[in-house]
Amino acid sequence: MSIQVDHVTKRFGTFTVLNDVSLHAQAGELIALLGPSGCGKTTLLRILAGLERPDQGRILLHGIEVTDQRITDRRVGFVFQHYALFRHMTVTENVAFGLSVLPQAQRPSPDKIQKKVDELLSLVQMRAMADRYPNQLSGGQRQRVALARALAVEPKLLLLDEPFGALDAKVRKELRRWLRRLHDELHITSILVTHDQEEALEAADRIVVLNQGHIEQTGTPEEVYENPATPFVYQFLGDVNVFHGRISQDRPSHDEASGQPPPEADASGEHEVTFVRPHDLELSLSRTTPTQLEAAVRFVITAGSRVRIELISKDSPQIISVELTKERYRDLKLQQGDVVFVHPKQLQVFKMPGPSSV
Amino acid sequence: MSTEIAARVKNEEWKASLTSERALVRWALIIAALGYLTLFLFIPLAAVFTEALKNGLESYFASFQDPDALAAIRLTVLAASLAVPLNLTFGVAAAWAIAKFEFVGKQILITLIDIPLAVSPVISGLIYVLLFGAQGWVGPWLAEHDIKIIFALPGIVLATTFVTVPFIARELIPLMQSQGREEEEAALTLGASGWQAFTRVTLPNIKWSLLYGVILSNARAMGEFGAVSVVSGHIRGLTNTLPLHVEILYNEYNAVGAFAVASLLTLLAIVTLIAKTMIERKTASSRSAHDPAWSTQPGSPS
Amino acid sequence: MALVLKQPSVLPGFGLTLGFALFYFSLIVLIPLSGLFVKTTTLTWEQFWHTVSEPRALASYQLTFGASFLGALINGFFGSVVAWVLVRYRFPGRSIVDALVDLPFALPTAVAGITLTAIYSSNGWIGRYLEPLGLKVAFTPLGVLVALTFIGLPFVVRTVQPVLQDLDMEVEEAATTLGANRWQTFRAVIVPELWPALLTGMAMAFARSVGEYGSVIFIAGNMPLKSEITPLLIMTKLEQYDYAGATALGVVMLVVSFVLALMINLIQWWSSRRHTAR
Repeated sequence: MSIQVDHVTKRFGTFTVLNDVSLHAQAGELIALLGPSGCGKTTLLRILAGLERPDQGRILLHGIEVTDQRITDRRVGFVFQHYALFRHMTVTENVAFGLSVLPQAQRPSPDKIQKKVDELLSLVQMRAMADRYPNQLSGGQRQRVALARALAVEPKLLLLDEPFGALDAKVRKELRRWLRRLHDELHITSILVTHDQEEALEAADRIVVLNQGHIEQTGTPEEVYENPATPFVYQFLGDVNVFHGRISQDRPSHDEASGQPPPEADASGEHEVTFVRPHDLELSLSRTTPTQLEAAVRFVITAGSRVRIELISKDSPQIISVELTKERYRDLKLQQGDVVFVHPKQLQVFKMPGPSSV
Repeated sequence: MSTEIAARVKNEEWKASLTSERALVRWALIIAALGYLTLFLFIPLAAVFTEALKNGLESYFASFQDPDALAAIRLTVLAASLAVPLNLTFGVAAAWAIAKFEFVGKQILITLIDIPLAVSPVISGLIYVLLFGAQGWVGPWLAEHDIKIIFALPGIVLATTFVTVPFIARELIPLMQSQGREEEEAALTLGASGWQAFTRVTLPNIKWSLLYGVILSNARAMGEFGAVSVVSGHIRGLTNTLPLHVEILYNEYNAVGAFAVASLLTLLAIVTLIAKTMIERKTASSRSAHDPAWSTQPGSPS
Repeated sequence: MALVLKQPSVLPGFGLTLGFALFYFSLIVLIPLSGLFVKTTTLTWEQFWHTVSEPRALASYQLTFGASFLGALINGFFGSVVAWVLVRYRFPGRSIVDALVDLPFALPTAVAGITLTAIYSSNGWIGRYLEPLGLKVAFTPLGVLVALTFIGLPFVVRTVQPVLQDLDMEVEEAATTLGANRWQTFRAVIVPELWPALLTGMAMAFARSVGEYGSVIFIAGNMPLKSEITPLLIMTKLEQYDYAGATALGVVMLVVSFVLALMINLIQWWSSRRHTAR
């Protein structure tokens, strides 16, 4: 089932949570709504589910407007961050709930319900726990039960509200891979709300980055990571060095880091900011081009697959982080206090409104 | 503007259709609840003051000039001022031991503390009569030494103390248990003495519950009827507390006098309820200020 | 039992505070109460049985327990409605209503007694409208029910209210997303959560009512065999210096109270365990 969100605006009191948001999802896609807390992603999800109603705009599911349709008629599955399992029911009873509240005429026989529950519990690998109560399960197990419960009513749309947000890092990682495999098996159009960029990058077909109630960028994980459309996206996805002004390979730099005063805002009241990922910075022990920044090594973290180096710029107190491969690090033989010259391999310059402070 | 209000009204209805009831059901429930409370709470509350003021303010205040009434007020205040500090000491000591230490039989002790609440007030009085009365165990010995407990002040204080033993402890124990002992331990590591840890760390943390416990046990001490009735002997001007005075006036068909005294006790009850509400608000707001989890609710922006 | 620490602690004052608490509690509560049982042993079995099974006593049990039970049922229903309305709906005066629910708790029982009598007597505010309907409340067993309902009012409200407050809205939303209508959600999701609290509240109201004295004696009429509650019967025996009789009845009441307290504890234990049982 395709989803279309059409110019949706939502306010709580005087606070605008969603400001004219439009978005389209194809049938069978897994879309991640990514953003910091307070960006409106959960509200958007709740509007899609029918748990909230937009102040303006429309929601279309499979081309049919459902803005005013009741939640029970939408056939959406919703998975809550804190599971929202019924704690006085066993795993089986929880999963069977959606079927057992169907009107008599549509309700499957108890045998059929049991069969369906067994299937779903096998799917989420929880058959062995069928008779347990939610309190007897781990967080990851509870969330799998919640997912099975949502799938039992055969939703055409699956909405997941930070489903792994309450779990520890290792379980999160396992579950999001598992979710991805499950999605490839079932092909239910799914929307995953998360504030964890890694989760979005790894699980989703497409990512929608939200910030302060509007969409910053929509694209495949690769697009969003490699070509961030806005400074916000750049900073939200992965580590980044921010230079006020412009630094480049071919032009003299006139940025804070090189000691010169930041450029005056130009006529349009904008100034330029350069973004460089730590792994896009190259270090050398001697100056090869005049534009290179001079910096000193503050400390080195060698644990992990790559070496992280923190530099302090020679002329200003700016900290620069750099990521090198182990080989390159060994070649350079860097020590704390060594002077190096920094050179960006890839960078992106944005014009920012207002005076030069981020 | 009006479209915005219309949108908001529509929104309310929308939300109501999900996790609330239809307006009709909602109003039926509110009316049922308020009707029930009107019948059993609001009308009696209004009736106390109406009956007391039936013959005007003059005869209302005249009721308090009666020397017997004044003696009853004095006795009530005296009994409460003895019983409450005793139970305060007990409540704090018991709460400290129970909340800050793990010991054998702790759960049993917590259950035992509630006993006076489970016992009929008549029995609360009866046990002291059996102990100290003329036919009681120590009765003859007391009579020999001319010590009066039953039908005298000590009996009244004892019965009052018995019925109000649990109140302060019950306010403090759950609160202090939930607070744990880390803060006191931190105070000790910083060089505080045990007493300093208690007065500088524990006491500020429990002061509001402690205050409410005191107010509540005071109200119950002053208002106790059944237990005191058994041990008092109803000697006018001597062993009559306020509630007993109410009974005497009422049985003498002095309704205005009875309700005038009753209105005094009702005001005490109302003050107690106001104190409870204010203290609850106070602790709730400090709780939400410290812990943001209390202020987030489902449905608030993510 | 007692002064045995399970874990050593750096905090001081354990021996002092626990010692004082036990000493005080024994002196004020435990020793006097056990005196009641010891006194009973001075009665022969026949004496005891005769006192507690005479028709007047039996009639008083019937009234006391019957009216307490009915009062608990009434409060079970209306108390839940009040708790629901207070937690879920917003209406003018809600916080005042919320505060007033505790009135029967704070109001001296004698005051409640004379006030309810005044209201429900034949020329009282409510009584005058009930009398033409053939309903006499004051000075009848019905009056006992009214007083005991008043006394038990806060218990169910105050046990159900916090449970309702803590109910996770998400759980109800989850039920809705799974297609349950409001009534199905209420029955299958909300009621099971409320049950233990409701039961506890009703048991507490019942226990309190069984021992109640002050608010009842004014409105009951106190006719032996008809509108006499057991605590009053104990009082009457005391006034006639029938200490043995009073003691025997007192023991019966006390045992009932203990059983009820045990039941309440069991309900709470069960409700804390039930979601983790295999």
